[in-house]
Amino acid sequence: MSTSTETIEQFVNREYQYGFVTDVESDEAPRGLSEDTVRLISHKKGEPKFLLEWRLKAYRYWLTMKEPVWPNVHYPKIDYQNIIYYSAPKQKTDGPKSLDEVDPKLIETYKKLGIPLREQERLAGVAVDAVFDSVSVATTFKGKLGEMGIVFCSFSDAVKEHPELIKKYLGSVVPYTDNYFAALNSAVYSDGSFCYIPKGVKCPMELSTYFRINAVDTGQFERTLIVAEEGSSVSYLEGCTAPRRDTNQLHAAVVEIVAMDRAEVKYSTVQNWYPGDEMGRGGIYNFVTKRGLCKGVCSKISWTQVETGSAITWKYPSVILKGDQSVGEFYSVALTTNYQQADTGTKMVHIGKNTKSTIISKGISAGRGQNSYRGQVKVMRSATGSRNFSQCDSLLLGDKCGAHTFPYLEVKNTSSTVEHEASTSKIGEDQIFYCRQRGLSTQDAINMIVNGYCKEVFRQLPMEFAVEAQKLLGVSLEGSVG
Amino acid sequence: MLEIKNLHAQVEGKKILKGLDLRIQPGEVHAIMGPNGSGKSTLAQVLAGRNEYEVTEGEVLYNGHNLLDLEPEERAREGVFLAFQYPVEIPGVNSTYFLKAAFNEVRKHRGEPELDALDFLSLVKEKMKVLELPQSLLNRPVNEGFSGGEKKRNEIFQMAVLEPKLAILDETDSGLDIDALRLVAEGVNKLKRPDNSQLIITHYQRLLDYIVPDFVHVLYDGKIIKTGGKQLALDLEERGYDWLLEEYRAQTPSQQPSLAGAR
Ligand SMILES: Nc1ncnc2c1ncn2[C@@H]1O[C@H](COP(=O)(O)OP(=O)(O)OP(=O)(O)O)[C@@H](O)[C@H]1O
Ligand SMILES: [Mg+2]
Repeated sequence: MSTSTETIEQFVNREYQYGFVTDVESDEAPRGLSEDTVRLISHKKGEPKFLLEWRLKAYRYWLTMKEPVWPNVHYPKIDYQNIIYYSAPKQKTDGPKSLDEVDPKLIETYKKLGIPLREQERLAGVAVDAVFDSVSVATTFKGKLGEMGIVFCSFSDAVKEHPELIKKYLGSVVPYTDNYFAALNSAVYSDGSFCYIPKGVKCPMELSTYFRINAVDTGQFERTLIVAEEGSSVSYLEGCTAPRRDTNQLHAAVVEIVAMDRAEVKYSTVQNWYPGDEMGRGGIYNFVTKRGLCKGVCSKISWTQVETGSAITWKYPSVILKGDQSVGEFYSVALTTNYQQADTGTKMVHIGKNTKSTIISKGISAGRGQNSYRGQVKVMRSATGSRNFSQCDSLLLGDKCGAHTFPYLEVKNTSSTVEHEASTSKIGEDQIFYCRQRGLSTQDAINMIVNGYCKEVFRQLPMEFAVEAQKLLGVSLEGSVG
Repeated sequence: MLEIKNLHAQVEGKKILKGLDLRIQPGEVHAIMGPNGSGKSTLAQVLAGRNEYEVTEGEVLYNGHNLLDLEPEERAREGVFLAFQYPVEIPGVNSTYFLKAAFNEVRKHRGEPELDALDFLSLVKEKMKVLELPQSLLNRPVNEGFSGGEKKRNEIFQMAVLEPKLAILDETDSGLDIDALRLVAEGVNKLKRPDNSQLIITHYQRLLDYIVPDFVHVLYDGKIIKTGGKQLALDLEERGYDWLLEEYRAQTPSQQPSLAGAR
């Protein structure tokens, strides 16, 4: 039995394909964190005073906080003084104005990752902001989007070009007091993406940010801010990879989304940070705060995530349903293999009347992976007539992995309904043998089973991403017959 | 078609098959009977290639090739089909999709073009009529929530679609109601062709009323201890196994296996 369990594992443990390092000279801050580090980062970015002040407040607040211990993950204490908080590939000019000024090595890097930055090489339907270590190196289709009034640029550019929007919305959904890693991010974040969709505009293409950690011992702290004005809509994608290294690296990002009346934002992530090796050495600590605010009536925010990478994942993309009849959704596939640990889930806070939320979580554990779902559904007294449906499924491959579910339900009015369903299943040798006896290879059998299990989530992803996600899980597309 | 010579197999160190010989020619139907725990399913699993079952001695030739060298999926693609005694559920995987994938693996293996969804669907509809299988089962995940009888019928349905050369039916009759038994048996009979063979494991003569075997074997203590025609099944039905076992023990006094031990 043990030998055949290993065959399952062997098929689940694909090599990490994106583990290469790009050899670029970089401009780095000295190791360690102090007010000086914060000032240095702000200075390097040429930020206005209000931002520096905000960073410093966040930093001082962070000093008073303790790292959370409640997640069901285990790791040695992080030495925050041994991290490099800013690393940027050296550039000749003070920021590339066009792709021609971007270091060809960086363009090559993205190409290797399957993200060609040259617009004519790209699929027409996707605009990309490429973030390399601490800075955004290129944003495509800026001009075309600009004609429609859509702002899609690096966070740094947004600070320069639209300081009023940044001032208004930065920290409005995730205040720096929110949690330990959000406070840290607020103090030292270096770049990220900004996206603004004006009133009534339906964004004609997918917007995406591709995050790449390259330098050693750096932390990546980026922020994404998306504002969707009344009646607008946008679909946003996020992808991430990092080189293979023996040491752990910290990634603490913040994503904030604001949706006004009838605005719709769909945010999809395929997270594939380096997960560490088969012995559990190295890998990214992915400690991320993502939250959307459905501010207006009938607004909708939808999170879809496929989490396959990182040594440790700690994230709970959430929606605050403030506007009446607003809708929040969370669709998640989280895979842990080898020694990976994930504590992920969502939080749906119902404040407005007749608000609705849906949670579909699919955890897959293999090897010695530990997968926890943690979800909170909070229905305030004001949220009359609101509804939630949650479904949390766990799939185990092999017998050394684990799955855990921690649902928290809090309902303060009687006209609301909250439904929670959970299941745990196992891919057994019996199932695989059954498939093989019908002529399918072990790989195809596992793919078919895992894919069938994740179907509901993959359906939510934009087509291109769905394909990538399936490839990532080593899954081939299941046709729709019958 | 199939030639098993002196087959010895064990699972978790426990010897189960101890020198089994069996020869099946194209077009023949063989029935295997025998007390619980005598090794019938083990034989089926060994033929299908389950790796927990370790072959320690002997050989199995399938159409002249060494069957034991092939991976389970290669055997399947070569036309070996096992209708499981306990078919497993595969949640989330649509039955039709599953079967189409299996079907196309076989076609690919034979160098034939794969069938697309539409063509496959019409093939499925046709086969479904034969077994009077409700369409709704095929829209559900493989075996999930199927009743015991439905699972067995689904196995035969898969067999009908895949058209194997060597079909091994492990107690497909148990758990079937009278009507289902008749349908399954008729289905199996319709699939019979001069160039394919069937190995039917059963405890009951009842099934053999419908599927008339050319040979009936009794498996006991990891060996075939008696081979006969259809009449042997009738005798067993009437008299049980004791007389046979006594005969067997008389022939092999040195080993003295106890019936209890083989339970
Ligand atoms: N995986 C296994 N681990 C341990 N013992 C096993 C295993 N599989 C089979 N056996 C044992 O091998 C013997 C033969 O089992 P097998 O299933 O082949 O019998 P069978 O003839 O099919 O019986 P039945 O008529 O009850 O289906 C039994 O004693 C059984 O307990
Ligand atoms: Mg059996």
